[in-house]
This record gives sequence, structure tokens and C-alpha cells, in this order.
Amino acid sequence: MDALILQILNGLDKGSAYALIALGLTLIFGTLGVVNFAHGAIFMIGAFCAVTLSKILNLSYETIDPNQTDFLGNPLKVKTPYVESWFGPEIGASLIDWAVPLAIIFSIPIMLAVGYIMERGLIKHFYKREHADQILVTFGLAIVLQEIIKYFYGANPIQTPSPDALSGVANVGAVFGMDIVYPVWRIVYFCFAAVIIAAVFSFLQFTTFGMVVRAGMADRETVGLLGIDIDRRFTIMFGIAAAVAGLAGVMYTPINSPNYHMGMDFLVLSFVVVVVGGMGSLPGAVLAGFMLGILESFASMNAIKSLIPGIDQIIIYVVAIIILLTRPRGLMGRKGVMEE
Amino acid sequence: MLGLNKKDTSLMIVVIILTMFAPFILNPFPVDSAMAQFNAGYPDLMQRFVIFGIFAIGFNILFGLTGYLSFGHAAFLGIGSYSVVWMYKLLDYNVIYGLPLAVLTAGIFAVAIGYVSLRRSGIYFSILTLAFAQMSFNLAYSVLTPITNGETGLQVYNNDPQVLLGANEATSPHLFGIVMNNSFKLDVGAWQFTFNNGYYFCALVMLLVFYLSIRIFRSPFGLMLRAVKSNQNRLSYTGLNPRPYTLAAFVISGMYAGLAGGLMASMDPLAGAERMQWTASGEVVLMTILGGTGTLIGPVLGAGFIKYFENIFSKINDTILHQWFSFLPDGLEDAVVFIIHPFIGKGWHLTLGILFMLVVIFLPGGLVEGGQRIGKWIKSRGKSEDSDSGATTEPAE
Repeated sequence: MDALILQILNGLDKGSAYALIALGLTLIFGTLGVVNFAHGAIFMIGAFCAVTLSKILNLSYETIDPNQTDFLGNPLKVKTPYVESWFGPEIGASLIDWAVPLAIIFSIPIMLAVGYIMERGLIKHFYKREHADQILVTFGLAIVLQEIIKYFYGANPIQTPSPDALSGVANVGAVFGMDIVYPVWRIVYFCFAAVIIAAVFSFLQFTTFGMVVRAGMADRETVGLLGIDIDRRFTIMFGIAAAVAGLAGVMYTPINSPNYHMGMDFLVLSFVVVVVGGMGSLPGAVLAGFMLGILESFASMNAIKSLIPGIDQIIIYVVAIIILLTRPRGLMGRKGVMEE
Repeated sequence: MLGLNKKDTSLMIVVIILTMFAPFILNPFPVDSAMAQFNAGYPDLMQRFVIFGIFAIGFNILFGLTGYLSFGHAAFLGIGSYSVVWMYKLLDYNVIYGLPLAVLTAGIFAVAIGYVSLRRSGIYFSILTLAFAQMSFNLAYSVLTPITNGETGLQVYNNDPQVLLGANEATSPHLFGIVMNNSFKLDVGAWQFTFNNGYYFCALVMLLVFYLSIRIFRSPFGLMLRAVKSNQNRLSYTGLNPRPYTLAAFVISGMYAGLAGGLMASMDPLAGAERMQWTASGEVVLMTILGGTGTLIGPVLGAGFIKYFENIFSKINDTILHQWFSFLPDGLEDAVVFIIHPFIGKGWHLTLGILFMLVVIFLPGGLVEGGQRIGKWIKSRGKSEDSDSGATTEPAE
């Protein structure tokens, strides 16, 4: 029983990453009708926003402390981060400690801008072209973005720790009288994902802007005929989708040290998630994300692995193939979207 | 000739000449000159040109003719390689046993994968093929280790059966005694030309499959595939079922990929799972698009282009750049080198990505279309000069 709950928890935190990326992907697809292969690269850029912020906060100057000596007997050079000298040592130290959560604020404007530039600069010109062309050009863009990141940050993963207060483990089973120990940060990640997903849904459901966007997803031309500049709103939605993927990346850095090809690794899986959930369906993406995450972690249990060897490696693809063949629209896909 | 029309015959002859004289054509610079690093006439690279050429020709039969974009063709490449290495392990190093088996196994897998994947089209087809390829890749790495040797890669060990191995037989891949790795070097003045057995073997195979692809393109079957691409609904309305045709195209292109994988293992008796990764499938997509989708010669050009520049660009470093731009004033020289630096050496993929995007955006027909446009432009310029001179004599309306 404990093991089962632990696997569900494991699945939830992987599933939240899938769900967040897939949400952005399907948002772009549902609004603009573009298949965006560069979405994984956006996830990666988000992760590197966190890396950059923690590097900036760690920028420091050297002073010579005459009271201390190093092992050669010379006066010791002490490195003091600028933030510590500006805000005092305690606030400075905690700023550095909380670099990853702080990066959320730092990354939102960056990701919005990245999304806006991408849409206006490149993807705008591909609305009228075939899906194959869209896949190809965004695939090229993904290569370019990841090579740029590689140029500036190198090819090795960069460790970016979570704040000390959130880096331990907690006994989450205590509430139910069970003994389940789980890393705190992964619980934080799941809650964060839940908040973001709720925010996106309520934004679309309860604001006028969201209403117009939903109307545009249903029938773009009619909304245009009503005198609403739907293109502009869709561009903003692209920015929001980029921000969602970026935030997923920011918060993922402590779980998995970011490297330049993490985006590609996630992209393939999130595409499978989107297709399973149904192209253009937001609830479908979230549902499929969590479902596949949990299935994957169940499949990696030893009991199941000994039953069907190798199932943990292929479970997601097997599910995707079965669903695509039996329910071509995906779990919650709308009728008439991408059906040939 | 051989059932080809005049235009195709001349194309075929040009390709035959290019491949047969490649060791000369690709080696235009003397050995000791500063430009020698641009020579591509060494066996390893030339073999890769033709092998990836075969891979791309096959991919083009599916994508170029039917428009189905597969992101999983690398799986067949890996399957082909594994089959050939297994034949080395069980029989002996003669490639004649392995290659037909590679084509056959790749074909069987292609029937299975294609039968399932082709039930969907468009993006769903791409995702399905991608899923199958990733599945094969993951399995090859983990559970199938007894067959694929996992991360180490499959290779021949001393205690393998090799039942047909004779006493004096070569211990590297060969074709009835013609050892693939052996080369004949010809020195002419300052030039050195290398004629490699393996290259010529691959080149002959490529010419054969290139001829086959011309025949497929020009056949009624090829016409049906084009019909699938242009409008599948209309094809169904005329009472024809498109699926057998697309499946046949998928299987043929899978067999091409298997053959390419088998040839890779014939040049170097190794097979690794990383050949099946989806980035490898992406590479063949890049080659085909860059060269020109749906054209005969395009994929071969694209494969050669990418492999050549991959090798050359990744070899250039800052010292070489400084040599080139040494005629510039010092400050300017450093600035130019600084600007070019991210695009060379390890940054070659950045150049490739940008180039690929530019091609997709501005030149959807790839290098072939670029060539045609330049050709037309030259022609029309010649014509417009004529018409200009003509216009002066004609009265204006």
C-alpha cells in the first residue's frame, strides 16, 4: 500500500511537468493551429532563467581578509556576493538560497517576451503553410535555441539547488497514519503545477479576454467579423503558453540539473501527451499528463517490471499507440480538430 | 536506356560519373596546401556520403511522394546494422549474408510498424512513427540487451561461433575476399587520391538503388503515391484504396533504411542503439528537405551537403580563422573571428539549424529548387535583355 502511494506521488511530479508543457503545446495548437516543436526548447529556456538568476545573485567580489590565512600562509581572499554587501549578509544569503523560487518572477516577463518574439518573428508566417512545414521550421528553431544555450552555458548539466528550507524530505504519510517519506521540493512542484493549471483555466473561463480567446478557438472567422482583433489576442496566448512552459522549467531545475538537451527529451513525451489527450483540448492535456506520469511510475515498480520486462521504458508509447488507434481524437479531443 | 527516358538517362549518367570519380572530385587541393582540410576524398567521409544518400533516397520515396512525414526511420537503420553484425557473429565477415538479411528484417519491421501507423495521417502519423522508434530505441538499450548488447553496442568477439570462417579469411568485413577497409592510394604530383574498396562497394549499391528510385518515381505506382499526396479523399472517391500504396511506399523506404544501416555495419563492424534515436530520424528529415523533397537527386545532395559541412565546419578552429583573415587590420580580424566563432567547431549544429530554418522558410524546394531558380534567373536575364532591346523597337500600346 505504501509503495503504491509512493508511486502515485512519483507519478504526480513527473506528470505535472508533462501536464504543464502539454498544456502550453495544446494551447498554441488550439488557438493558432500551429504544431510547435520548439516548445521543449522554451521549457529549457525557462530552466536556464533560473540558472542565470542564481548565477547573477552569486556574482561576487574579492576582498583580502588580513585576519585569516589560507594554507600557504598568505592572507585569505574572501568572496562576498554583491547582494550580501547591498542588503546585508542575512538577507543576501537568503536571496541566494531562494534563487529558484525568485526566478519565477524574473522569468515571467522573459518568457512572455520570448513567446511574443517567436510568434511575431517566425510562426506568424507559417499559419497558411502545411503542418509538416510548421513542424520542420520549429524543429529547426529548437535546434538553434538549444545550440545557443549550449554556447553560453556549456554542455554539462548545471546544478541549481532548491532553498534549504524546501530541500529535505517530509513524511507525507503521517496524515494517514502511514510512513511515506518524500522530497519536499517535489511536493512543492506538484502544488505549483496545480496552481498554474488552475490559473490558466480560470483565466480562460472567467475573464472577458479568456472568453474571447475561447470563442476564437471555436470559430476564428466569426470572432474576427465581430470586429475583434483575434490575432493580437492569440499572440498574447502564445506568450502565456511560453510562460507556462518556462515556469515549468524554472521549478524543475532542482529536480533535474538543466542541460541543453533537456527540452528535446521532454518534447517527445509531451507531444505524446498532447496527442493522447486530444489535440487542442486543455483538460485532455492535463489529464493525459498526469495519467501517463502515474502509469510510467507504476510501470517502473519492480513487481511489474519482473512481470513484463522493459515495460517501464515503453509504457507511454504503448498507451499512445493504443489510444491513437482506438480513439483517434484522443481522450478529450473536440470533434473536427485535426481529423483526417 | 534501361527503361529510362532521355532526361533520366542523362541524370543517371551524371550521378554515375560523379560517384565513380568522387575520389578525384572531392580532392581538389594538394596534400600539403593550406586548403587540404577542405578535401573530402578520404574513405570514411565518402562512405558516409553514399550511405546517408541511400538512407535519404529511401526516406524521400515515402515523404517526397506520399507526403507522410515519418519521424521514426532511424529504427530501421539500427535494425539493419544489428542484422549485419549478427551475421558476422554467426557466420563470418562476408557482407553478402548480412545485407540481404538487413533489408529483409527492416522490411518485416516496416510492414508491422507501417500497418499500424498508416491508419492515421498528418501529425498523428509522425507521432506514431516517433513512438515506435523511441520504443525500439528504449528496448534496444534495456531489455533486449542479449540481442543488442545494450550501451556497449553489438560487436564481434573472439568466442563467437563464426561457423563459415575459413583459415585465411580476413577478420574485417569483406565481400568474397575484397576487404572493405583496404584502399589503393595514387600519388599524382602534390595530390594524393584514395580509392577505397568499401566506398566503391557502397557507391555501386547506391547507384543500383538510385536507379530503382528513378523507376519507382516514373512508374504508375509512383504516380499513385503522388496522388495520395495531392488529395487522398479524391483518390478514395474514385474507388481506390490508398492504404496498400502508402504501406508499400513505407516498406520500401524502410528497406532502404535497413540497407543503409547494413552498409554502415559493413564499413565498421559495430552497431549501437544510438543509431535508432529520434535525433537520427530528424537528421534524415533535414537531409531530404535541405536537398529538395520529392526530387530525384535532392536527397543525395542534401546528405552529401550535411555530411560534408558537418566534417569541415567542425574541423575549423580559431587559429585557422585567424590565418584566413590575417589580411584584415588586427582589431577587425579579432572582431570577425569573434563573430564567426560560435558557428564553427562544436557550434556546427547552430549553423545547420539556422541553414535548415532558412531553407524551410525561403526555399521549400531545397537546394534543387535553389539551383533551378538560379538557372531560371540567368535564363530570364538573358531573355529580358533581348526583350528590352525588342521593346525599344516596338511601339508602345
